Amino acid sequence: MGVMSEPAERGRFGEFGGRFVPESLIPACQEVEAAFRDAWADDRFRAELDELLTVYAGRPTPVTPARRLSAELGLTLLLKREDLAHTGSHKINNVLGQALLARRMGKRRLLAETGAGQHGVAAATAAALLGLECVVFMGERDIERQAPNVRRMRMLGATVVPVGSGSRTLKDATNEAMRRWVADTAEAYYCIGSVMGPHPYPWMVREFQRVIGEEARGQVDRVPDVVVACVGGGSNAAGTFAGFADTGARLVGVEAAGGAAMTGGSPGVLHGHRSMVLQDAHGQIAEASSVAAGLDYPGIGPEHAHLGATGRATYATAGDDEVIEAVHRLARTEGIIPALESAHALAWIVRNASDLAGLTVLMTLSGRGDKDMEMFQ
Amino acid sequence: MIFADDNAKKLVPYVTGGVTEDWADCLRAYRDNGADAIEIGLPFSDPMLDGPTIQEASDRALARGTTVDGILAEVRALRAEVPLIVMTYANLALRPGFAGRLAEAGISGLIVPDAPLDEVAPIRDAANAAGLDLIPLVAPSTRPDRLRDIAAGAQGFVYAVSVLGTTGERDRLDAAAGPLATAVRTLTALPVLIGFGVSAPEHAAAAVRDADGVVVASALMRRLLDGASPAELGTQIARFREAI
Ligand SMILES: Cc1ncc(COP(=O)(O)O)c(C=O)c1O
Repeated sequence: MGVMSEPAERGRFGEFGGRFVPESLIPACQEVEAAFRDAWADDRFRAELDELLTVYAGRPTPVTPARRLSAELGLTLLLKREDLAHTGSHKINNVLGQALLARRMGKRRLLAETGAGQHGVAAATAAALLGLECVVFMGERDIERQAPNVRRMRMLGATVVPVGSGSRTLKDATNEAMRRWVADTAEAYYCIGSVMGPHPYPWMVREFQRVIGEEARGQVDRVPDVVVACVGGGSNAAGTFAGFADTGARLVGVEAAGGAAMTGGSPGVLHGHRSMVLQDAHGQIAEASSVAAGLDYPGIGPEHAHLGATGRATYATAGDDEVIEAVHRLARTEGIIPALESAHALAWIVRNASDLAGLTVLMTLSGRGDKDMEMFQ
Repeated sequence: MIFADDNAKKLVPYVTGGVTEDWADCLRAYRDNGADAIEIGLPFSDPMLDGPTIQEASDRALARGTTVDGILAEVRALRAEVPLIVMTYANLALRPGFAGRLAEAGISGLIVPDAPLDEVAPIRDAANAAGLDLIPLVAPSTRPDRLRDIAAGAQGFVYAVSVLGTTGERDRLDAAAGPLATAVRTLTALPVLIGFGVSAPEHAAAAVRDADGVVVASALMRRLLDGASPAELGTQIARFREAI
């Protein structure tokens, strides 16, 4: 098995992955897997997705050299601009793929969970485009702090369901979306927003996000020394890494310090797969906390756990204060306001600039910061 | 073997461990009013297959500082004299030494709703090594070949989930329940119990026309959360007993 190719039997990435869902969801997962395998081998499906990515989502997104910040930091910083994709983040890549798949499977409704709201907006957008219904589950706390995205989802015709259980963030929205899926597998397709969940989702979502890394690979003169991306569940990072996994580039995923499943967690089962999770001594899942709603998650996709275990990628953290500073810094030096999530990757680069001196660093700027403006007022 | 090898209809009430200070009194009340076995839920922070009532019971238990070890200590002290079955999620069930600790406390069966056939081997091996039965769930969506495989590996009994959905009270028994139980009964000599949505004695009476028994959970936990005493739950169990 090559790096970042198809998972092994039963959806395993090393000891991680799998399909830990109730028996009632097994046929639904099998159906998604069969449909994805079939679609991914079908040139017409690929062509239709490619066309939507081009004429609708605005791909390819550019790689922008961050000239002034590079000079300040003493390195060459290249930004892969997912903030310029339609709906403002990388989430649209995956959602267009899954929405096309849902339509191909004859489903009428998309279910989605969202943290920052970017996946919810992308899901609502794709549903509108393809004439599907859309129900988005969102923690009450995230509804408060990402209000502009809630308004966008509603305007696009989606139903936003507030989730009041647990930490009232992404973790609990995911639980609720899965519970709804259990009861609605005939008509609904569960459109997961990151490289997590039961097999085939971690693999499928990474394949839909692979476009980030492959595009970037073709856009740079030579393979960068370091490739950095922020990690909530890890979809923008997985998509980026997939384009460089077979090179000598150092791959770095940056989690929120308050949601650091790789550095602060241990192996466990959450949301349908086995991976690294934040949990207490008794096995209860811990509550994550981050200024960035999209990284406020106690788990991480199973392939990242595997990339970490095998040493192919390394994982680090960034704290709220340095992240906010990084947002301001990119805004002032390059005229780009990044999402709080994306700024985690930048904060890590800033902190490690002296170690990275003279190197070329490619960073995925996963989304734009419009949704976060309230935090800066 | 969880149940006596007879044709009597089985009644299995549920309680969330640690949900209230006196939750263990529910075990006594259930036993004294005709429970054939009792299902104890070990609360988990992220219960994927549970509806609002059991979620609330789990949250309340965890908020009280309930731990698995604390629940098992209470169970051990109780000497329940009725088979006890634990229901909990894979993240807890996969912890090293878990099955052994259950067995020490006198538990005889284990249900893990998010460990389906394909993932169950390590949990079943550990359970069996400790002398516990691993009870599988089947759903209305389970296809015939898979149903056969699950029934073939079943231990204790087969738990037939009556609905495509989470736990929770319902107005009537789902029409899928009877045919599912009937299908499983042709595949195994073990008892087949219907659970999920068995909310009233009439539902239980309807369920046992096709099944060997019922599991009653949310209807009891709803009352408990609303303030009913263990004795009142016992009275409710007596009604279910009478109905089947
Ligand atoms: C802009 C942005 N980046 C990153 C993420 C985190 O997702 P992932 O880790 O799957 O890339 C989110 C999630 O909401 C997001 O909105």
